This record gives sequence, structure tokens and C-alpha cells, in this order.
Amino acid sequence: MDLATLLPFLVNVIVGGLVLGAVYAIIALGYTMVYGVLQLINFAHSEVFITGAVVGFEVFRVLKDSPLDGYLKLLIALLAAMLISGALNVVIERLAYRPLRNAPKLVPLITAIGVSLILQDVLRVIEGFQGRFDLTYTLPGAFTTKFCAAASSCAPVGTFLRNIGIDLQLKDVVLLIVSGISLAVLNYLVNHTRLGTAIRAVAQDRVTAGLMGIDSNRMIAATFAIGGALGGISGVLFGMKFGTVNAYSGFDPGIVAFTAAVLGGIGSIPGAVLGGLTLGVIQNLIGVTNVLGSVVGSANLGAIDASYQRIGAFIVLVLILIFKPTGLLGKSNVEKV
Amino acid sequence: MKKTALSLTVLAALALGTAGAQTTLRIASLSPLSGGQSDLGTQIRNGTQLAVNEYKAQFKKLGFDLELVPYDDQADPATGTAAARKIAADRQILAVVGTLNSGVAIPSSAALQASHVAMVSPANTANQVTDRGLPNMNRIVARDDAQGGAGANFLSGTLKAKKVYVLNDKTAYGEGLAGEVEKALKAKSVTVVANEGTEEKSDFSSIIAKIKLQNPDAVYFGGIYNQVGVFIKQLREAGVTTPVVGGDGLDSTELATIAGAGATNIYYTTVAAPIEALPAAKVFATSYQKTFNDTAQGFGAFGYDAAKVVLQGVLNAIRSNGNKLPSRTQVETAIRKGNFTGLLSGAVSFNSVGDRRAATMYVMNVKDGKYKLETSINVKPVKQ
Repeated sequence: MDLATLLPFLVNVIVGGLVLGAVYAIIALGYTMVYGVLQLINFAHSEVFITGAVVGFEVFRVLKDSPLDGYLKLLIALLAAMLISGALNVVIERLAYRPLRNAPKLVPLITAIGVSLILQDVLRVIEGFQGRFDLTYTLPGAFTTKFCAAASSCAPVGTFLRNIGIDLQLKDVVLLIVSGISLAVLNYLVNHTRLGTAIRAVAQDRVTAGLMGIDSNRMIAATFAIGGALGGISGVLFGMKFGTVNAYSGFDPGIVAFTAAVLGGIGSIPGAVLGGLTLGVIQNLIGVTNVLGSVVGSANLGAIDASYQRIGAFIVLVLILIFKPTGLLGKSNVEKV
Repeated sequence: MKKTALSLTVLAALALGTAGAQTTLRIASLSPLSGGQSDLGTQIRNGTQLAVNEYKAQFKKLGFDLELVPYDDQADPATGTAAARKIAADRQILAVVGTLNSGVAIPSSAALQASHVAMVSPANTANQVTDRGLPNMNRIVARDDAQGGAGANFLSGTLKAKKVYVLNDKTAYGEGLAGEVEKALKAKSVTVVANEGTEEKSDFSSIIAKIKLQNPDAVYFGGIYNQVGVFIKQLREAGVTTPVVGGDGLDSTELATIAGAGATNIYYTTVAAPIEALPAAKVFATSYQKTFNDTAQGFGAFGYDAAKVVLQGVLNAIRSNGNKLPSRTQVETAIRKGNFTGLLSGAVSFNSVGDRRAATMYVMNVKDGKYKLETSINVKPVKQ
């Protein structure tokens, strides 16, 4: 295999990894927001996110025959998923975490896992009643066409991308744009608004923030609402990207996104994004190691195929944590005695 | 006092009744009649019923009253084994048509072995069903290990593939099947680019990138429809139109639903033929429709065939026993040794372990979301 065929292949694998990583990044933000404020791993986040995917599926299903524009349908799906996942996350916090706020840290962790299992089966029952299990997205046709299929409409950027071999569908581009906007809005919300300042204050020191007149319960609820809304967005993007979800498909990406949050430094918003993108690219690169191995003629590399994708990502996580225990962008948390 | 008189009258009536009737001879069906797989199990029961109706007159002439006793195994090994014990205890039952699931057939046939009740399966494909060499367990469908060879034959013969990318889902089923295909393809000197395992359920981007790079003539995926469906959807969206071939794990209408617009150029091997694939099945399908007010499917036809094997076996045993009621052991031997004809799926004879000497695998094609029979492949069990 020569460089001329290998290079576009590698570029494609990396770009595919970035798209995948963008989905992980938005899921990871949901973990990191809640952790940043409460130091709690919200294990139910993977189900909150899948709830978003289910809502997205329902919106696309109901609007299937409507004459609405494809982008408008997507917008409705995103808004509905944000609303429902956000509300769900607030309810989870109120019922499962707030009563346990002063309990040892292990206790809310266990209820989180419990909530996660309950939600899986609730989703299964809701869709099961309608005779469905694997929910297949009926996307507006335009989304699955190739990005810049018609050369006239997208020059010169699209032509350039095509010439270097980047092979994207329209929905991948939409996905990258939506996650970019979500990230920008979140960044503005947290760093430049009163709400954001209050949330950061609660994250830093709940008691002192309370003394300054900040209602910490409300701020925590707001954090969960934002985290849930991000989960809703990522759910719709996930369904759109991969086509099919079911009540149990949240677990795998949930674990990877959680890993991404830890890899980037849990609690850090840019860290979650960096972690997500890194894991996406690493996974895709490990998935094609055997091809690269056959090029350099190494049988050992040739034996590493797509079944090692996940393990490889976790090995990278372990290595990074050994050399930088706070994650890529995490700040060390000095315990005051 | 009154009670005693009444029971005496009833007993007397019963005794008279029995004396007047012919000897009752029963066969049983064992299949899921309730639960999630009941529509398939009911097909088997109904097919058996049709064969029994057809043979009633012949048995009457010989002085036997033929009856069918349907048993429900709920697709559950424990329930099936309990039913098998009941069957063994009913001395009038000479043989069983069943089951749908290999997992039920294996313990049930073991439970029936001691009392020599023969079983003819219309559906079980697991190798272990006959690999144990039980004298009472027979089947009229091809074995699992025939699928790999059939898939490879189809790839190299019909699709003329020179270069195949093999995938598996890392389960015992998928990995085993993909391994068999790989072996058979290599024997035909077809290049196997990869035999790659993946547990991934949603993201196949790196595998698809590799498929695009290596440009194989076909992809074989040993897996189940819900995973393979997602893979095919993404493969087609990425612009790859290469044929995708698989085993009976793809045998579900959900496959086309999941793959959506990509549900085209897909092939899979299966033992359950669609009813249109059986040339002799037209009359059967009509009488099935008339009797049960329902459409006949593949398992109904195979239930009918398995029941015919059982009934012809019993008739052979009666004849060789001087037209007297045969023992269960005689029926067991008559079924294993017999040659059975006039069946929807062709003639049947069994080898020493109970596999059909020449069974058929069917290759189905999914095109634009529609399923149709592509071709059928004759397969022989390893042991003749």
C-alpha cells in the first residue's frame, strides 16, 4: 500500500474519530458539570442521554410525513430532548440525590447506579408497549447525503476537503456544528452570566456561597437541568449519527464519555471536550491498527483489530492518569487540613 | 349409597365404550404455544395436526384411532423437559414432533431417551442435538455447521467473490460461524482479508474505513440482525454497496427496518424456507389456510414434514409387527431406518446419529427492504 492511498485513509479515520469524539464530548460535559458542583458521578447520565435519543426518535417519527424542513425537524427534536432530559435530570436530583446530600459519598453513587437501571427498564417498557425495541431514526433524506456531493454548491472549502480525501455526510457536519454551538453557549453560560457565577460559587464552597445569599439547592438543580439538556442534545446527535438506539444503548457510550471526562480532568469543561475528542480519535486509530501493521509488515500490529478499540482507549486513560493523575486539563485539588 | 351407584354406572359406561372403540394411538407435538415464540410453535403444532388428519383414515383401516396431543414448552428448557416427562408417562404416545428451540430439544430428548420415545425435529439446528448420538433424536433440517460451508459456497459460487472481509460479533454463535466460513473460503482459495471481531453496537466507522480501503468483493458478518443491521446502514451511508452475507442470525424482518434505505444486496442462509420455496407446498398452504384460518409459514411446513416422517415410521413399525400395536422401541428403530417420501421438502432418510442425509439450506435475499428466496443449497452432514 502506498502513501497516496494510505494518507486519505488516515485522514478519514481521524476525521471520523473527531466526529465520534464530538458526541462523546457533549455526553462527557454532562458528567463533568455535575461532578464539578457536587463531586458526584451521576451514573444515571447515560440513561438521561438515551432518554434524549428516544425523544429525538419520537419527534422524527411523528414528524416523518410533515412537510417541515429537515433542519426545523432537527431543531424541534433537539429542543424537545433538551427539555425532557433536563427536566428528568432535575427530578432525579430532587428524588435520588438531594435527600442523600450529607450521606457518605458512596451512598449517592449507589443510588445513581440504581436510578440508571430503573430508567433503562422504564424506557424499555414505554417503547415496548408500542411494540418497539430497536428505535431506528427516520432522518430527513438530505442528512445522509455526502457533504458537498454537488461540487458547484460548496467550492472552494468543500472541494478542498474532498481533494484531501475527507469523506463526510451532511449529518456529520451538522453534528459538529451543533456540538460546537452547544459548547459555546455552555461556556458563555458558565463564565459570563450571573447564573454561571452562582454555580461556580456553589461548586467552590457550598456553605460560603449560601452565606452570600446564593440558594445552593436552586443552583444545583440548575446545574442538573443544564447537564440534562446537554444529555438530550448528545442523545439526538448519537441517534442521528448511528441510526439506531434502544433502552440499553446508553451504557457503552456513557462509560466512554465518563472516561473522557476523567481523561480531560473531571470537573473541567474544556477538559471534557478535549477528552472526548482524544478518545474518539484514539478509538478509531486503534480500530485500524491492523491495516497500518500490514503496511509496515508487523504481525504484532496486524493482530490489533477493531475488537481492541475500547481496551486501547482505557489503556491510554490509565497511562495518562499515571503520569498526570488530575487528567489532561484538571487542576489538582489541595486538601486543606 | 347413591354416589356409589352413580360411579358404578359411569365405570360401566366407560368400560363398554373402551370395548367398542379401536386401539388409541397417539403422537405428541412439543413446541412453544404460549409466550414470545408462540406463533412459530403454533405453526409446528398446526402442521402436525394437518398430517395427522391426512393419515387418520389409513390408521383406522389398520384398527387404530390416531390422535395428536399438543404440548407447550414455552420455548423454555425446564418446561419442555417437564412436558417430555409427561409424554414418557403416557404409554399411548409413540413419538414426538418437536421442538422449535435446540435448547429445549437437547434436555427433552434426553428425558425421552430412557422410554424410547422417538423425536423428529422440524427446526433444531444446534450441532449438539444429534452429536450426542441419541437413538431417539432425529431432525429434518440442516445442522449449524452446514451454514458456514453453504455461506462460503454462495460467496464463491454465486457471488463470484475473490476477496471477502469476514466479521464476527465475538459470541459463540458468530465467531463459530465466521470461523467456518473463513475455513471454507480458504479451501476454495478465496482471499479472506480479515476475520475481525467486534462487540460494537453503534459505531462501525473504523471497520467501514478499512472495508473501503481494501475494497473486498463481499462482506460476511457472523452476527445477529440488530448489530448487523446497524452495520449495514452505516456501510451503505458511507457509499459501499458491496453484498453483505450472513447466517440465520439475520433472519428477521427487523433487519430491513434497522438498515432502512441500506437494506439491499443482503443475503443470509437459513434452514427455515419461506413457504413459496417448497414447490409441493401449494396444496398444503391452502388446506392450512382453510383449517386454521391463518397463513402457513416455513415452520408449519416443516412441522407437517416432521409429522409425516413420524407417521410413516409408525406405519412401518405396525406393518413389520404383523399389523399389531408396535412398541416404542420398534417405532424408534423404524424412524431412524426408514425412507420417507411424499414430503414438502423432499425425501428424508437419516444417518446413524439422526441427521438428514441430504438437507437443504436456503439463501434469502433482501433487496430494497423486501425478502425473497435467492437460491437453495444442498448440504450433507459430515457423517453419512
